[in-house]
Amino acid sequence: MPYQSHYSDHSYQASLFKFRVIVAVLICLLMLSGLLFRLAWLQIVDYKHFADLSENNRIRLMELPPTRGLIHDRNGVVLAENKPTFHLEIIPEQVDDMDATLTGLREIVTISDSEIERFKDQLRVRRSFQRISLRTRLNEEEVAKLAVNRHRFPGMDINARLSRYYPQGKAAAHAVGYVGRINRKELTVIDEGNYRGTSHIGKTGLEKYYEAELHGMVGRQKVEVNAQGRVLRAIDKVAPIAGNDLVLNLDIELQKIAEEMLGDFAGSVIAIEPHNGAVVVFVSKPGFDPNLFVHGISHKDYNALSHGVYKPLFNRAIFGQYPPGSTFKPFLALAGIEQRRFGVRESLHCKGHYLLPGDDTERKYRDWKKEGHGMVDLSKAIEQSCDVYFYELAYRMGIDSMHDFLAQFGFGAKTGIDLLGERRGLLPSRAWKKEKKRTVWYPGETLIAGIGQGYMLATPVQLAVATAALASRGEKIVPRLLKEIHVSGEDTVRSRDPSKTMIKLRRDSHWDVMFEAMKKVVHGTWGTARATGWGMKFKMAGKTGTAQVFGIAQDEEYDEETVAKKLRDHGLFIGFGPAEDPILAVAVVAENGEHGSKMAPIARQIIQRYMEKYSSASSK
Amino acid sequence: MLSTSTQFFESDYQSRSSRFLQYLHIDPVLLTGLLLLMAAGLGVLYSASDGSVDIVQRQVIRLSIAFAVMFFVAQIPPHTLYLWAPWFFAFGIILLILVLLAGDVGKGAQRWLNLYVIRFQPSEMMKLVTPMMLAWYLCKKPFPPRVGSLFISLLLVIIPTMLIARQPDLGTSLLVAAAGFFVVFFGGIRWRILFGSLFTMLALIPVLWQFMHDYQKQRVLTLFDPESDPLGSGYHIIQSMIAIGSGGIYGKGWLNGTQSQLDFIPERTTDFIFAVFAEEFGIMGAIVLLSLYAFIIIRGLYIAVNAQDSFGRLLAGSLSMTFFVYLFVNVGMVSGILPVVGVPLPLVSYGGTSMVTLMAGFGILMSISTNRRLITR
Repeated sequence: MPYQSHYSDHSYQASLFKFRVIVAVLICLLMLSGLLFRLAWLQIVDYKHFADLSENNRIRLMELPPTRGLIHDRNGVVLAENKPTFHLEIIPEQVDDMDATLTGLREIVTISDSEIERFKDQLRVRRSFQRISLRTRLNEEEVAKLAVNRHRFPGMDINARLSRYYPQGKAAAHAVGYVGRINRKELTVIDEGNYRGTSHIGKTGLEKYYEAELHGMVGRQKVEVNAQGRVLRAIDKVAPIAGNDLVLNLDIELQKIAEEMLGDFAGSVIAIEPHNGAVVVFVSKPGFDPNLFVHGISHKDYNALSHGVYKPLFNRAIFGQYPPGSTFKPFLALAGIEQRRFGVRESLHCKGHYLLPGDDTERKYRDWKKEGHGMVDLSKAIEQSCDVYFYELAYRMGIDSMHDFLAQFGFGAKTGIDLLGERRGLLPSRAWKKEKKRTVWYPGETLIAGIGQGYMLATPVQLAVATAALASRGEKIVPRLLKEIHVSGEDTVRSRDPSKTMIKLRRDSHWDVMFEAMKKVVHGTWGTARATGWGMKFKMAGKTGTAQVFGIAQDEEYDEETVAKKLRDHGLFIGFGPAEDPILAVAVVAENGEHGSKMAPIARQIIQRYMEKYSSASSK
Repeated sequence: MLSTSTQFFESDYQSRSSRFLQYLHIDPVLLTGLLLLMAAGLGVLYSASDGSVDIVQRQVIRLSIAFAVMFFVAQIPPHTLYLWAPWFFAFGIILLILVLLAGDVGKGAQRWLNLYVIRFQPSEMMKLVTPMMLAWYLCKKPFPPRVGSLFISLLLVIIPTMLIARQPDLGTSLLVAAAGFFVVFFGGIRWRILFGSLFTMLALIPVLWQFMHDYQKQRVLTLFDPESDPLGSGYHIIQSMIAIGSGGIYGKGWLNGTQSQLDFIPERTTDFIFAVFAEEFGIMGAIVLLSLYAFIIIRGLYIAVNAQDSFGRLLAGSLSMTFFVYLFVNVGMVSGILPVVGVPLPLVSYGGTSMVTLMAGFGILMSISTNRRLITR
């Protein structure tokens, strides 16, 4: 046989071959041990790691978002609720002919080209068993039409989701606020776990302040999925806990009355129950429709709201800082008699202007009444709002005494109302000026402060709180929009006790003095708001105020008519009633409202309606 | 020197049944190993295919065909193979060239030759023909082989390897090259030449890199850092490693592997079936399975040692070691220590072509085993 020609080598060759085979077997065994070592590494050493990864692959957590709590007014009228909105969705894998389905559906409901385009984009990237939204927010008619035709379109589904709805529209929009889609900044602050599955969050107002109460607890469902992400079965489930319902102190009827009576003025009306701080009316005008924000507001609408002439989104009640003007006088007069700078019945002569003693420049500080008020005591000074009286009072007191006494009424400090971002206003003092303006305090500035002008600034809520403190004879309360919280799923109601600090006067009778003087503002022969007092069914104590507008910021552009209007004085009014036993304190600020006396009817109307509704169940 | 009578003479002291198997040219030990392996393979396949009776049935049919082929090949005496080897080789090379010129494209590579009756992969055939050709060439040469014959051998390996790599089919060209290499190894190549050329090859790796396709490069890169592309080419390796690792010591149990049952393991009935096995049976199962393979390989090498002549020795040794390379490359790639090249887990992975080639190879082993000579013992 030819291949046996080297037979002589044969045994040598065979033994060498045997040796090579032994080497080969050894190499095989060595490499197999290498494989086993690798497997042991994966399966024993790193077992925990891979077991976790495998479990994470398989188990997916699905979040079940909770239903947001409702917001009611004090009588149970719904201010914020969740309404089902209907969406048209397609499950691609169940559709036989996608193009035919889309054309067919377009014959039934309007679907824009951009919606079709977005749908097709989604169709490419999503898995075929995942639902894709084709049209959002169907109206009832569209839902009905689609439901009738459902059999024609396999794979089509109408899905109801809850979305926030504010049935009162503009009314109380600044108090209630609104929800909107969670943005990137909010993502960094919220408890991410609890917000999985939640798309909206409180953006302003109570919706934001009480977000933690309203939101509820997310539910979770463990599901097993395959590699494509299709859910195969649910493993276990923790149901979500709905958010808590809020009941407010607001009375939506009074709220609407106030909003209507403020008319076209931009401004604010606040009404507070003086003994417990319940905020019954919380108006900031102009208002806006919070429903615009729920589904994402258009650029045009947003610009109109945030940059419009009167900036409707600006919550004037807590952000607006106004010179309080003459509404400041009752507090200052109280300071005068308390600190014995003025006797209760002490008079001075008002000749229409005031000269600062020791001032060589002979600058005249004018009274609003050129010819003067003649002899003026405290009561008359309040009734007729005599400026000269208060120049003298301020001169006698000095700015720091004024600051210390008025601070007790909450000026220059946050009221603590349950809204975020409240401004503190400004109650000037020497120390303040030195720190902020780096100059000394001039005596003339004290006189200007005496009539609530100059550096003095107060928010409408601060004015209302100070008025309430007056009305309750010294109970300075923390104003609250929230009355109580109805805990979801339980029959329990949570509420906080009113929080207040007492203002102690040297003599309690000083309150009566002020009540009487303020009553004359409305009911006296020469009272600045006497027009309002005519034919009133109850006695109201009040004080008008007119604050000068000094100018318009240069970057603001207005047409001539608007400029003229914008330069008009602000009209303010504070009041409470009934004077014998006040149950409601009101502060009104109307930008460019010209005179406070025009605002008194708003306070009268609110207090009167409040008394009609609640006088038997007075809140004490 | 060899005649059928000597065989029967040898069988005199053997039992009747083993004499019968001898007559059928069946090696009972090898057969037992193969049958056990195939049974295990069908069990895993049933699980990997989500309990598809259909797939298991088709695999059984393939196994039967492969068995028939094995049985048929086992009847061919080694001497006949020796005579046919050069003709087979020439025929195979022509077919490979034809594939490159006019082959059918499947999965982005030209591997198939459409013969109108059957579609056929000539590269598969080369896994057997290349070692046959080398054994044919080397067994006639003086021993140990001189540099000149080694050079010819190198050419005989490189030509089919390159032609197959051009298709491109990295896995098969690797196996063909390995088969050729083992013939030279068993043929007695001097150690210093062996190590010298191995080092030269290592040095040539950068050159080889230039000739690789982008997807092949990507596979190699992915091996070193699967996380670099966790959703692309790294996904296979990551998911496969998760499956193996999460199997732990005893596994998750048959039909209970979550990675496999929930589709996370890619290609889990074919190239990645070992991941399914290791997930469901743990490292204990893997030890048993690897032992079964080792048993078959060692039996193959035993047959080689006892082969009647140099041609049979070289061929049997090479075929056994090629089987080992199959196993090592597959398990290595599935467990993430080798790049992903398309090498199935021999006799377990679902699929036909490689199964037939493998069993034809075992047919050759059985032929060599049952045609051995007594005198040399």
